[in-house]
Amino acid sequence: MTELGDIWVYLSASPLAHLTLTLAAFQFGAFIYARGKLNPMLNPVLIAVIIVVTVLLLTGTSYADYFDGAQFVHFLLGPATVALAIPLYRQFDKVRRSALAIIASILTGSATAIVSAISVGYLLGGSRDAIISLAPKSVTAPVAMGISEQLGGLPSLTAVLVIVTGILGAMIGPFVLNMIGVRNWAARGLAMGTASHGIGTARAFQVSELAGAFSGLAMGLNALATAILFPLIWGLFF
Amino acid sequence: MLNYLTLILGCQLAGELAVRAAGVSVPGPVLGMVLLFCFLLARGSIPKDLATTADALLNHLSLLFVPAGVGVMLHFRLIGNDWLPIGVALILSTVLTIAITAWMMAWLGKGAGGND
Repeated sequence: MTELGDIWVYLSASPLAHLTLTLAAFQFGAFIYARGKLNPMLNPVLIAVIIVVTVLLLTGTSYADYFDGAQFVHFLLGPATVALAIPLYRQFDKVRRSALAIIASILTGSATAIVSAISVGYLLGGSRDAIISLAPKSVTAPVAMGISEQLGGLPSLTAVLVIVTGILGAMIGPFVLNMIGVRNWAARGLAMGTASHGIGTARAFQVSELAGAFSGLAMGLNALATAILFPLIWGLFF
Repeated sequence: MLNYLTLILGCQLAGELAVRAAGVSVPGPVLGMVLLFCFLLARGSIPKDLATTADALLNHLSLLFVPAGVGVMLHFRLIGNDWLPIGVALILSTVLTIAITAWMMAWLGKGAGGND
């Protein structure tokens, strides 16, 4: 029994167990997603998060302990964002030809995201903390957390709501786009990236490289647009 | 491969430093993306090994969001208290943003992307 106890102590202190858990849970999610022919409802991030949270709750592991191991995966988000320059360069001709349309669409989308989140949250009686924390949800996590912090929200809650928005966008975005009849890959990608940042971009890449490139571009430009628009729009409400 | 991984990390580092020095609220990696893009523009083509490295990172982009998503366990109570406004705002706002952005782009940018 002590031997087993020793092994448990070793495993819970080393990053290996939580890193393996993260990868295995994601592989399982990706397997289900592939078996379901990339049905957006079977989002692999959502499946992986549910599995990992369940395991952590059952074993009584804190998020901080888990993150000690999982941070190695988390770290790669930065380099992956930089790497978005490659698909963007591959599609640069198409981007350049419609630069004005892209900028106008992203500015409109960015304002829509902020205004609709604040007004719905406000009308349904959300607390001020909750509203600030959810308002920058469409933009990539580091920007959203910065905005939330500046206005007195909870950056760690914002990070979670950003991920939830990403998963939501990746799940329902394709249905919304089909319903309004937009079949153009550039427009579909741009909408996914504006509303649901990197997770929307990951979904866009899985169905079309053109959509993925536009989505990555939209994610970057929306980070810029939101950083500028957010304080102006917030000032109108509060 | 390795030198291009170094290039990608170097762009990120330069982005982080520039953001900190200028005090702007753009994330360092986004600026790093712009730097790498400028490098590609100046060079005029994508080195084959850089493409391999970048595709390896981007092929599993969704995996990288799992650790941050697990953070939801820290906020069960806060989200539980305000679940209605938070849930409805997230869903409505995401649907509206996707629909309006796509509709604008399809309308303004006719012919920008293939309908394939």
